[in-house]
Amino acid sequence: MSTITGTTWNCYDSATMTPREIYGRTLAELAKTNDRIVGVTADLAKTTAIVHFANAFPNRFFNVGIAEQNMLGIAAGLAKAGLIPFASSMAVFVSMRGGEQVRTDIAYQNLPVKIIGTHAGISFGHAGTTHHCTEDLAIMRSIANMTVICPADGIETSLAVRACVDIPGPVYIRIGRGFEPPCYPDENYGFTIGKAIEMVPGTDITIISCGIAVLQSVQAAKTLLEQDGISVRVINMHTIKPIDREAVLKAVTETRRILTVEEHNVEGGLGDAVASVIAESGKGCVFKKHGIYDQFATIGYAEDLYTHYELDADGIINQVRSLMGRDYEADENWEDE
Amino acid sequence: MACTVEEKQRLQDIARELRLTIIDVTAWSGGAHVGGSLSIVELLTALYFKYLNVDPERPQWEDRDRFVLSKGHAAAALIPVLSKRGFIPEEELKTFNHFGSPFAMHPDSNKVTGCDASTGSLGHGLSIAAGMGLAARYLKKDYKTVCLMGDGECCEGSVWEAAMSIANFKLTNVITIVDRNRLMIDGFTEDVMALEPFAEKWHSFGFDVIEIDGHDFEQVCSALEKGWNATEKPVFILANTIKGKGVDFMENNVVWHYASADSALCEKAKASILNL
Ligand SMILES: Cc1ncc(C[n+]2csc(CCOP(=O)(O)OP(=O)(O)O)c2C)c(N)n1
Repeated sequence: MSTITGTTWNCYDSATMTPREIYGRTLAELAKTNDRIVGVTADLAKTTAIVHFANAFPNRFFNVGIAEQNMLGIAAGLAKAGLIPFASSMAVFVSMRGGEQVRTDIAYQNLPVKIIGTHAGISFGHAGTTHHCTEDLAIMRSIANMTVICPADGIETSLAVRACVDIPGPVYIRIGRGFEPPCYPDENYGFTIGKAIEMVPGTDITIISCGIAVLQSVQAAKTLLEQDGISVRVINMHTIKPIDREAVLKAVTETRRILTVEEHNVEGGLGDAVASVIAESGKGCVFKKHGIYDQFATIGYAEDLYTHYELDADGIINQVRSLMGRDYEADENWEDE
Repeated sequence: MACTVEEKQRLQDIARELRLTIIDVTAWSGGAHVGGSLSIVELLTALYFKYLNVDPERPQWEDRDRFVLSKGHAAAALIPVLSKRGFIPEEELKTFNHFGSPFAMHPDSNKVTGCDASTGSLGHGLSIAAGMGLAARYLKKDYKTVCLMGDGECCEGSVWEAAMSIANFKLTNVITIVDRNRLMIDGFTEDVMALEPFAEKWHSFGFDVIEIDGHDFEQVCSALEKGWNATEKPVFILANTIKGKGVDFMENNVVWHYASADSALCEKAKASILNL
């Protein structure tokens, strides 16, 4: 990756910083060696932490006030002139308020605008339903030309922010609100956009997750092995689109049971992306999509909501146990299909 | 006179109590948009305790006046005022923001008794109010709809789409108010995205613009009275206010857009309100 040569990435501390803080710092660092990077926000410079970039490069930063459609249209114009705009606001506003600007101005023209949506999912649960966002993955993955990434922690956020600069078209990166404990001890685990990461090897069932659900799935897998003797494979599908078909197909043939876990409506997100790959393969597999079950989430602090919606390790353990009780149709000629 | 001396005193007493409750809610909820809640206390008090024809016994009464808090992040002011007006038991406010509570940082009309619109995504409320106004006309009802917005909120293009509709449809039954506290999240409105000449903008959109001190009950009441009696042009009230009003160390300071709960801080804030 030419754009980051010579830069050292000790600009953040994954043990103490939120992913959005890490995003802001990474962007400021990245911009030192790439003067085509510009930033836009809609009165959320501090909230989305793009303020770090803004402070370092005030002449490359534009705050348009509370006007997300305008922000995304301006980003399209900046990109048309050859720049690489990073546009950040809350996930709910970039995916829906400015949805048509994303689709028509940015994606249709295949412009390299990098859209960062913070406070995604139910991470801002106590703000109420207007600020929840369990639809963005569905919306963004249905837009042609769009790359969709949902990093598992701050380290992966930093890697995604750096990697997305080299994607010629638009990219959507979805991050949460709070502090998510790191999944990875360091950056050296081979992050590549579009390539899933096997977090835990396993043979009985595969959990495919993204975002905050990855660490919880890893913890669930550990407990399930210790307490139930179930060998759970965990895959971090950080790139929802283009999805890593190979990793899904491998899980189908090798474990024949798949559970997807996401902080998103089960309609349209990671679960449906994985389901399509399975269905098109023609192979049978026990399968369940776990997430928010096509409803608006209730009010509450994120930790309480994760427990309530079974998105924490205990909830995922329940889901796996009930899925282990279901049988797939045995097929003698499996290998020939 | 729009507001007698005794009435003014009564409203001021309610306003002081409301400010104290806003601080309590900040503590109970874990944090609240305290600055923009304190700036609208007089406006909400005059509306709910003098002008809005609402009935806590019949929250869905179809002839009631409607109120849309378009700057939904000021739920920490709206929900306590609904409570004081009798829609919600005060005890329930302690659940604010917590799991399963009807009350979050933004008001939810599915859950909050007496709340007419779910808001929080800025720039939506005035269109909803325009729809309520059109419905009143079609249904031959004489209820009024009042919409309160933030000034930063007026950066949203949708605000101006709604403004154009209210003037075009001559919706004199809709009263538009902007809380002009001159601050948004990232700074002063005039530094982030200049709104001025603001009154002229509304005037040119076809409104009868009334500029007032939004903390002075006489001016607030007289402006609302004009709004209630409008027949020619829809009324727009430009309420000049102070973000954080009533808590000396919060006034006009951008850092108090949102405050996390902190008991020492809340005590200090209450002491300042009581000294007002
Ligand atoms: C569409 C939308 N964009 C962004 C936000 C985040 N936000 C919440 S409050 C706020 C600032 C509001 O400023 P203003 O309207 O002036 O209100 P006040 O200063 O009175 O609190 C912002 C940007 C939001 N709630 N809705």
